[in-house]
Amino acid sequence: MSILAVQVLNSLFYASVLFLIAAGLSLIFGVMRIVNLAHGSLFAIGAYIGAWLVGRAIGLGVPVTWLLLVIPIAALAVALVGIVIEPLLLRPFYRRAEEYQLLVTFGLLLILEDLMRLVWGALPLTADTVMDTMPVVHIGALVYPGYNILVIGIGIAAAILLWVVIYGTKFGVLLRATSQDRRMAAALGLNVGLVYVAAFAIGCFMAGLGGAIVVPSHAAVLGMGVEALVLAFVVVVVGGLGSLKGALVGALIVSFVRTAGIQFFPEVELAVLYLIAAVVLIARPTGLFGTA
Amino acid sequence: MKAAVIALPRSPARLWPYVGGAVGLVVLAAIPEFLGLYQTQLLTYGLIMAIAALGFNLLLGYTGLLSFGHSAYFGLGAYTVAFLLQWLGIHSMELYILLGLPVAAIVSALFGFICVRHTRIFFGILTLALSQVLYSLALKFFWVTGGTDGLRVPRPTLLLGIIDFAGSGGFPRFIRSYYYYVLGVFVLSAAIMWVIVHSPFGKALQAIRDNETRARFLGLRVRRFRWAAFLLSGTFTALAGILWVPLNGLTTPDVLYWPFSGEIVFMTLLGGFRNFFGPIVGGIVFTFLKTYAVASTEYWQLLLGTVLVVLILLLPTGVVGALSQLAKRLRTTREGAR
Repeated sequence: MSILAVQVLNSLFYASVLFLIAAGLSLIFGVMRIVNLAHGSLFAIGAYIGAWLVGRAIGLGVPVTWLLLVIPIAALAVALVGIVIEPLLLRPFYRRAEEYQLLVTFGLLLILEDLMRLVWGALPLTADTVMDTMPVVHIGALVYPGYNILVIGIGIAAAILLWVVIYGTKFGVLLRATSQDRRMAAALGLNVGLVYVAAFAIGCFMAGLGGAIVVPSHAAVLGMGVEALVLAFVVVVVGGLGSLKGALVGALIVSFVRTAGIQFFPEVELAVLYLIAAVVLIARPTGLFGTA
Repeated sequence: MKAAVIALPRSPARLWPYVGGAVGLVVLAAIPEFLGLYQTQLLTYGLIMAIAALGFNLLLGYTGLLSFGHSAYFGLGAYTVAFLLQWLGIHSMELYILLGLPVAAIVSALFGFICVRHTRIFFGILTLALSQVLYSLALKFFWVTGGTDGLRVPRPTLLLGIIDFAGSGGFPRFIRSYYYYVLGVFVLSAAIMWVIVHSPFGKALQAIRDNETRARFLGLRVRRFRWAAFLLSGTFTALAGILWVPLNGLTTPDVLYWPFSGEIVFMTLLGGFRNFFGPIVGGIVFTFLKTYAVASTEYWQLLLGTVLVVLILLLPTGVVGALSQLAKRLRTTREGAR
């Protein structure tokens, strides 16, 4: 029974991280109509910045209780990267065919992957001190890291906050208006360029947050972004590209299937995920909640 | 109609692709005399990639579908060869091709049947997802596929066992012979592809690319045409994988991983996808570009990524497209001066 509880918690932990990545990917697609192949790399940058900051903070003798502050700082840093990337690289491509938009983000992926290697080297970067400082939780006879529960909390909080911003604020109205009809929104006097930067920055922030919260329990390694991207793809394909609700449900489905897969059918665990995505695309091309 | 497809066109302006192709062929046939062994090997890789890109471009350039999962068919070809060796002990290159192509055609037909239900971005994601199914299977079923270690494929015999490469000095002999072998297969595939895209079938694909609705009104069964194009495209790319694996000596899941699909897209774009010869030039140029980037810097991805971004910003029609535009501009200025 307690094993089951741990597995459920593991799935929720995993779902929180996946939701953060996939929601950002989905938001960027919803508003800007760009499938950002470099999104996984932004997630990885968040992880690297997080791990690097933790290392620096420990080196400077910052008390361990303050280490959690690293998480929002790393996410903000990735958002800044996004603010630089959008006008510089993506803006020239909005009027061009989809193929070029996909390719420019692929080029960006290659660049970012190597920049990470250039800055942080090829060895994994860890930040497990953060995890060690957190108390453990006892579930029956088993011990569960408290940090993972914090991550689940952050995931839930991020989801609620995102909902409030998009469906409850004026900014959210602007986002949704731009997403529905870019030209109409521009004709009504909306600064579409600014909305695009904001949407991209929020997407990057969430990817960076995902990376920063995952790094204390896993390590930052090269290639983690490329791997995360395909899983985020599965999530948004299942849930529906451009749908927030879809990203949430998709992340939950993928996480629970994956946890079950690792337990019961480890050989085909990944294949099953991709097959689910393919089946959903055939049956409902727009995903479970998509409208695009 | 059928004869007209193959017969040379009478208008002299239409003749230049044939002339250019013939000149290119002569150059390719003569060039190993002037190149070292290593350069010849690289050029062989380039020709193989050119076949893959030609196949890929039937979908992108002629049908208007961007696949982000062509690593699947390349890897399928490579792994089929490895399995033929492992399970049936086959060592003949001809048998690899003859047995590998039907396998590739069947899988391409199956994947294509699913993928052509969509277009645009969903087509791209679907092809990517299916290719990753193969990737994860190759990775996880390590007792069959060797996992990340991959499977070794030693040098096969060529021309039904007439030429083999056992004994000392096998490697240089293999490289020299294999270059001409690949060149022969390449010329044959390029010729077949040329006939395909200039046939009524190819014209129908281009009509679908340019305006799907009109094509449908003309009575074309759009989905079926796309499916056929997908099947041909996947099979061509698989042929490249079949030729690639004996040269590489090893197949690993890397050739199934989706960034490799990105490389196929990259090389096609580098050459130019609006031109028949673009992918050929792109495949060869990309191979040399990547090899030298890898050799000269640890951060070759950074270099390639920058090249890609600059390329699509400045030369959206690729190398061949830019050259032909330049030629056209020179011609018009010369005529204007006259």
